[in-house]
Formats: sequence, C-alpha cells, structure tokens
Amino acid sequence: MEIDLTHHGSSFYDFIRVEHDYLLPRFQISEGVTLSSFAQPPHGTTILALKYRDGVMVAADRQATEGYQIASRHIEKVYKADDYSVIAIAGAAGPCIDMVKLFQVELEHYEKLEGDVLALEGKANKLAQMVRQNLPAAFQGLIVIPILAGYDLRKSEGRIFKYDVTGGRYEEGDFYSTGSGGKDARNTLKKFFRSDMTREQAMRLVLDALLDASEEDVATGGPDLVRGIYPSVKIVAQTGTSDLPEDEIRQVCELLLSERRR
Amino acid sequence: MAIPFYVAPDQMVQDKAEYARKGIAKGKSIVAMEYGGGITLVAENPSASLNKISEIYDRIAFAGVGKYSEFENLRKAGIRYADLKGYSYSREDVFSKSLANAYSEVIGNIFTREIKPLEVEILVVEVGEDPEENQIFRILFDGSISDHHGSVVIGGQADKISQFLRERFRDDLTLDEAIKFGKEALEAGQGSAIRESTLEVAVLDRARPGRKFRRFSAPDLRELLAKARLGS
Repeated sequence: MEIDLTHHGSSFYDFIRVEHDYLLPRFQISEGVTLSSFAQPPHGTTILALKYRDGVMVAADRQATEGYQIASRHIEKVYKADDYSVIAIAGAAGPCIDMVKLFQVELEHYEKLEGDVLALEGKANKLAQMVRQNLPAAFQGLIVIPILAGYDLRKSEGRIFKYDVTGGRYEEGDFYSTGSGGKDARNTLKKFFRSDMTREQAMRLVLDALLDASEEDVATGGPDLVRGIYPSVKIVAQTGTSDLPEDEIRQVCELLLSERRR
Repeated sequence: MAIPFYVAPDQMVQDKAEYARKGIAKGKSIVAMEYGGGITLVAENPSASLNKISEIYDRIAFAGVGKYSEFENLRKAGIRYADLKGYSYSREDVFSKSLANAYSEVIGNIFTREIKPLEVEILVVEVGEDPEENQIFRILFDGSISDHHGSVVIGGQADKISQFLRERFRDDLTLDEAIKFGKEALEAGQGSAIRESTLEVAVLDRARPGRKFRRFSAPDLRELLAKARLGS
C-alpha cells in the first residue's frame, strides 16, 4: 500500500468510492436473476428506538432467519456508531453489517481529519446517502433498513432517524420500530409510550415491545432462557453511548415473562 | 531550443537539503517521550486550531514540523492510509512500521523527483501493549527514516533539545513529569520560557480502551503541570 497525497476530502466513503471501489459493499447481479433462485441470505428482523428522559434507547432481538430456518440465535443488530450515536439494522444481514462497518469508519475518519465530530444531522444525512447507494441491491432483495439514534449535543436531546429503501430520511418524534416484527413492536410502543420516562420504565417498555413482536412474528426471536440469550439494548445520553448490562436485561425479561404466565 | 544547464546530482541534492533545512529551522520543535503509561508528544504551538500533533489510528499518532500545509497534507494522507488498511483487513493489522515506511517512500520520492522538496520533519509513534513494544519513527525531509527509544526531537532546535534530553531523561517518568520535562526541554532549545497556554500536548495512553490518543485541553494541562511542580 502507498500513501496517496492526491485525494482530498474528509469522507472515507467518498475516498473508497473514488479510489478503491472494489471495497464498497456493492452487489452486481444480472437483471432478472433474483437471489431466491439460489438461496435466501440471513435476515435480521425487529429493531426499535425510543426517547426517554436522558436520551434515546435502541434495542433489537438477536435472531437472524434464512427463509424458515434460523440462521443465528445471537446476531447483533445494534451497534455503537460513535460516542454519541447508535445504529440498528434490519434486512439482509451481510449488507447490513457491511454498512454499519463502513458507517463507523466514516464517522471516525471525519473526526480525525477535521478535528471535529459531525453533527447528528450530518451523520443522519451521510447514512441516507449510503442507504440510497444500496438501492440496486435492494431491488434484488438485499434490503438494508437502519435506524440511527443519537444524542444531539447542540440541542441537548435524543433524536431518532428512520430510513426507507431509497435513502429517504425521516426524523421520528418519540419512538420507531421496523423489521419484520416492527409493526407489532410499534403497537406496544404506541400504546404505552409516555414522554419523559425513566431509564427503568423505558427499558421495560422496550423489552415488552420486543416480546410482543416475538410472539406475533416468526422471524423475531424472544428471550432464550435455555441458552441465556436476551435482546441487546444500548442507550445514548449526554454522557455518551453505553450498553445496558445483560444481567439487568435478563431480570426484566424474566419479570415480563412471569407476568404473562397464568 | 535552450540547452538545460547541467547540475551535478550531488550538488542538486545538497541544494535541496539546504533549502528544506532552512525552511524547517524557522519552525518550533516537538518532543516525543516514553513514560510509564505510554508516549507523550509536547509541542509549542501558539495556534489552538492549527494542530501539529494528531491521532492517526488506535495506537498511532502523528506530529509534524515545518510548513503547515505540507505536513497537514501528509497527516491526512496517513489517516486515509491507516483507515483504509483497518477497513480492508482489521484494526489489529494497522502498524506504525508500515505507515512510517510508506511516509518515507512518498517523502523520499518528492525529494528526488520534484524541484521543491517538502520542508517537513515528521514523527510516527505507536504505543505498544508493553513499553518494549513502543515504536517511535522519525522521517526527515529527504525520506530518511530512523527509529528511536526513550525520547526524540524534530524541528529547528533539535540538536540542543536532544542534548538536554540525553543528559536528563529517565525511563520511569510519570505523565505529568514527562510533560514538564518536555516543556523544559523545549525551553532549553530556544533559551526562553514557554507560556503554558501555547503548549500543545497529547498522549497515547496505553490504559485507554480502543483509541489511545488523547489531546489535553488547556485546563487539563494546567492541572498536570501544577501536579508536576508539586512533585518536584
């Protein structure tokens, strides 16, 4: 590898697009051929984000499916993007994870080159461009639908951005959920959401919503008590991004399940 | 057609080197020093926004002296190099050795091929898991590269400062002692005191998870230097 003094600009995505396009997650499939004629790639399902008193909470179940098969019981769909933002992904697992990785490098790259962190709005827009670039692959079934949630240091509040397959970027006020069980989770969120919830209240609601999704949607995994696999939950507040401890998540899941027992 | 003048290669190299040295001599120096918890970089820089020290990757930092636009361009290219490597392989595969060699190559090529050489000297430093794995590389305007242990200086008054460091350097310094020592070394080089507000200081702190680089804000720096004064 050589040091390239000719490239300019602060975007890593643009850098590899122009100079090293073989590294871009891009899929060229001839027209008329769909992936279903070979095999379905693993798909990740329910992801959600909601605002609470300190910022935003982002969560997802841990299952990936390949058609009617379970591809993974412990896939990760919620990732720290940088110190003040979290990205959750639903869709074809491979392209999803590629996009997360590229997005993480993009944010760090910009920060190092410019000496400043992108505004949350800037991060959301950059992600929109990446989703839009994926549109040809989406036509072939390789859909990537992220949720970006973060803490806006300038506005001192948590914010949630949802995307459509064309890269359309929309800001959500209170909560959002997508993926195959997204609608089911959204119903629960809609019913029980209140503004200014505490961390504990928000956590209970988030896990309750995922539990409902897992009961209604075959592709969404519920808490796996046998193997000890629980949904992953991340929060972004003024102090930065952090994981909710697995122990706490397990306790709330067990409580919710025992409440449903009769 | 005009016949180009013949200039002997050694004369040309000498002229270019003299030109580059003159440019670099005008600027202030930077000291890099190993301490117990990692490596610190200390520079005098009246500008708070035009930095001389920067993060490259998880364990790697960069420092440059000379012409700002030139070492800034090298810094950015280094970040692109490291991020590209980390993205296409893995974060653990990004090492200072290959980066320093790549810098040496590109700076050396400019020195031989271009009419005007780069008026820069740079440092590429990497903090290791253990102090023995620390790496400090210095690359000069002609692409010549050398590796160092303990401490190293780049910039105008490098000779005087290195002598100061050689005489007094200990390998058991704490962070605040190392920064104070770096400041004293820079002062010895230019023969006058340096105001704390014009210091640019950063560390590669082995204890930090992930990205080891940290730049000190003015209040942090004041506190550290006050602590060092109390200690001595």
